[in-house]
Amino acid sequence: MAIALDAAVQLVQLALVLALAPLLTGLVRRLKAHMLRRQGPPLAQPYRDLLRLLRKEVVLAHSASWLFRVIPYLVFATTWVAAALVPTFAVGLVFSNAADMIAIVALLGSARFLLALAGLDVGTSFGGIGSSREMMIASLAEPAMLMVVFTLSLLAGSTQLSSIAASMQGSDVGLRVSLALALVGLVMVAIAENARIPVDNPATHLELTMVHEAMILEYSGRHLALIEAASHLKLLLYVSVIVCLFFPWGIAVSGQGLAAYLAGLAVYVLKLAAGGFLLAVFETAIAKMRVFRVPDFLGAALMLGFLATLLLFVSRVT
Amino acid sequence: MALEVLLWCAAALLGTGVAAVAAARHRIASTSVYGVALGATVIAVLAAAWSLLVQHGPAGVRLPLGLPWLGAHFRLDALTAFSLLVVNLGGAAASLYALGYGRHEESPGRVLPFYPAFLAGMNLVVLADDAFTFLFSWEFMSLVSWALVMAHHRRSGNAAAGYIYLLMASLGTLALLLAFGLLAGAGGGYAFEAMRHTTPSAGVGGAVLALALIGAGSKAGIVPLHVWLPLAHPAAPSHVSALMSGVMTKVAVYGFVRIVFDLLGPPQWWWGALVTLVGGVTAVMGVLYALMQHDLKRLLAYHTVENIGIIFIGLGLALAFQANQLQAAAALALTAALFHVFNHSLFKSLLFFGAGAVLTATGERDMERLGGLIHRMPLTAFAFLVGSAAISALPPLNGFVSEWLTFQAILLSPALPQWLLKFLVPAIGALLALSAALAAACFVKAFGVTFLGRPRTPVARDAVETDRWSLAAMFALAALCLAAGIVPGQFLDALAPVTQALVGAHMPLQEERAWLTIVPIAESRSSYSGLLLFTIIALAAWITTWVIHRWASAATRRAPPWDCGFPDPSPLTQYTAGSFSQPIRRVFGSVVFRARETVELPPPGDARPARFAVRLRDVPWDLLYVPVARAVNFAADHLDKVQFMTIRAYLTLVFGALVVLLAVLAAWQ
Repeated sequence: MAIALDAAVQLVQLALVLALAPLLTGLVRRLKAHMLRRQGPPLAQPYRDLLRLLRKEVVLAHSASWLFRVIPYLVFATTWVAAALVPTFAVGLVFSNAADMIAIVALLGSARFLLALAGLDVGTSFGGIGSSREMMIASLAEPAMLMVVFTLSLLAGSTQLSSIAASMQGSDVGLRVSLALALVGLVMVAIAENARIPVDNPATHLELTMVHEAMILEYSGRHLALIEAASHLKLLLYVSVIVCLFFPWGIAVSGQGLAAYLAGLAVYVLKLAAGGFLLAVFETAIAKMRVFRVPDFLGAALMLGFLATLLLFVSRVT
Repeated sequence: MALEVLLWCAAALLGTGVAAVAAARHRIASTSVYGVALGATVIAVLAAAWSLLVQHGPAGVRLPLGLPWLGAHFRLDALTAFSLLVVNLGGAAASLYALGYGRHEESPGRVLPFYPAFLAGMNLVVLADDAFTFLFSWEFMSLVSWALVMAHHRRSGNAAAGYIYLLMASLGTLALLLAFGLLAGAGGGYAFEAMRHTTPSAGVGGAVLALALIGAGSKAGIVPLHVWLPLAHPAAPSHVSALMSGVMTKVAVYGFVRIVFDLLGPPQWWWGALVTLVGGVTAVMGVLYALMQHDLKRLLAYHTVENIGIIFIGLGLALAFQANQLQAAAALALTAALFHVFNHSLFKSLLFFGAGAVLTATGERDMERLGGLIHRMPLTAFAFLVGSAAISALPPLNGFVSEWLTFQAILLSPALPQWLLKFLVPAIGALLALSAALAAACFVKAFGVTFLGRPRTPVARDAVETDRWSLAAMFALAALCLAAGIVPGQFLDALAPVTQALVGAHMPLQEERAWLTIVPIAESRSSYSGLLLFTIIALAAWITTWVIHRWASAATRRAPPWDCGFPDPSPLTQYTAGSFSQPIRRVFGSVVFRARETVELPPPGDARPARFAVRLRDVPWDLLYVPVARAVNFAADHLDKVQFMTIRAYLTLVFGALVVLLAVLAAWQ
């Protein structure tokens, strides 16, 4: 019975992240437009974009290989699974012991590895520049992320997301300097990983500063739809991770009944909206930085994560 | 029983080597040598696996060879069985590969006799149970592999590579000789059994650790003793490169584990700190070096340095835990290190095989002259892709599992009481994370520039797929990478007797877990299920594909690339290996390699081409090796004078020496 319930929660979660991800992107775009005194696209625009792309034909470069055609499916599936493994509205997912926090970070790494290969596949200079810069950014963002994971795992005594969420809800954690450092570090990593301002600009094309968009420049039609959906999912995943790790209040625990699940769902949607709002404010308030300032930005995130871990090692009395 | 089989296998390999001297020119020599080597290594794999999984408990034998008062001791325990499994699995794969690859060899007489002898040497090092046999086999292994490095000695750079290799191998053997001398003590018990029963004092123990780190570490390739490795490994024929990088470095790791964990007695905590630090520095330096390369085989060789670093991080953590009586944590760290030994031997051999296939097809090792090979060599490209993903520690492949276990061991280390370790271990965690991320960048570059894009030269455009034997070897290894990634529990359980014998504990047995989840300590703490992850990703991908093909447009049109409206037909406008690593060179290289980029742009109207130059400095080489070489030259120059003296001066020298010796003798009593 418990297993069946967990499986049901897991299935709902799989569908939920897929359904909500474009909405979050649409919300951020709309809020940003409002702050810039523009009308902005409707909330449902990302869904329409995806549907339109799915209906269009694929234009493949002559030099594209089989790998180029397979990668969108793999990237989408990997990101989707990673997003579905983060507890959103309820803990106790049936697959939660398949992958811990480190494995989720590594899954995103797999998706990025494949996407960077796709950037190199056609053999154009834009694809190469995107892949090369993406891997440079990842080489700093991934260790920073892992240091944040270390901090939280040391506090909770576990690398499982649901255990960390449960332990953060408990009263014995309290406010710690490490937690604050880890939160700032995680937010910085999330901004870099989702190609947001100030690291990259999700709204730009045809600029030498672009990273993510340059990498996927040769994609079109259903392939592009899958990659766009994967990046929506990735944004949702990072907001969910921040919410689940640092603000887990209101998350439903397994076996609490339907009302608790519905309440958890409502709270989660509210938290997502708040996260989207903060992202929009941040992006409007700050300017894009040069590519070679990004290592300083991410180096700071890495140092924050490292300090947070070090403080825990030093302050722990055993 | 298994021990006798293994010794017979080694003897058969040695005999094949001797027979090959006479028959190297024969038409079927290549096929028969590699065929016999394949047979012997497969039998040895089976015997080692049987011993590890079924037999348990050590077996020993003493043969009347070598020193008359000592004899040659051989022993088969869990660690030996595991290492033999790694050695012979790599050997079998390389022999299978060489059945096809070896036909292209232009000078078989320089390869065929040494190849089986090299395999036999590695087997004997692992089986040896006394210092004399160990050192003899070690030196035999070094010399035979030196001969293989020198197989194509007329190619530029190979002679220098062989010379540096020979020097470093001698240094390593000297360090090991001294280490065994200290372990044997004044009593001279050179059998390992005697060494196990004596515990050296703290100072002697520390000295033995340092010597073992130099001796085994120089063979394994720890920074700064790695300099020979990226020169020598690529110089050999590709199947031998795979053996040297994938297997011989593991024999060196075996030597270190045997001396430090088995013979030396209880460790001290600072040993762990030293080994972990060396491992962390090695991991990051190795991958940064690899990123700067554009020679495919040299890139792979440098990347071996990184993986050796990861293994030494695990070994160092195990020592630190062991010194503080945290047996369960020590078992986890040691299991992580040994599993990485196994994994690395699989994917590094696979990648070298791929590089060899590319070399055969195009005659090129320089990535800047390749590209687009995925169209011409799709199967090799697929196998190389699996290897690249595995070595970049991407789930659900095997490299991720061993790095994940190492991370789990790091997360247990707040329990260590020493302050130095408390500061050191989080930094090592950051270094490990950094090296994992950089490894992914490195292999995006290696695979992307070599196999993807458009061919940069005619040879790359006209490449043909490699032969079936080579493909069989590559696909067998790729399948093993996937198997060890999705059902790692089976492999971890096999390591239980090894860690039980070395640190007195083992990881919880994984056999009866649901969904084949692996659990390092306890379920609530952390768990990972490669099989489940693989299944749900495959399912998700399948559902996506089905939905897309059912509902979305299926129209596909081929067209010239878009490239923002300005596609350039010349393949030279693609990103190259150098340009791919430029951002990373700029971020890390300016510190680590003192990288300096100079751009020479002629003024408008001047017809000279613009020039771009990068200068990298190899800091360990400049700071360590150049001064040593300079000192040796200086001493040689000045000692030269001794050679051209008059007879009177010589007689005076002899007399002076006699007086000094007599004075020393007098003072002694």
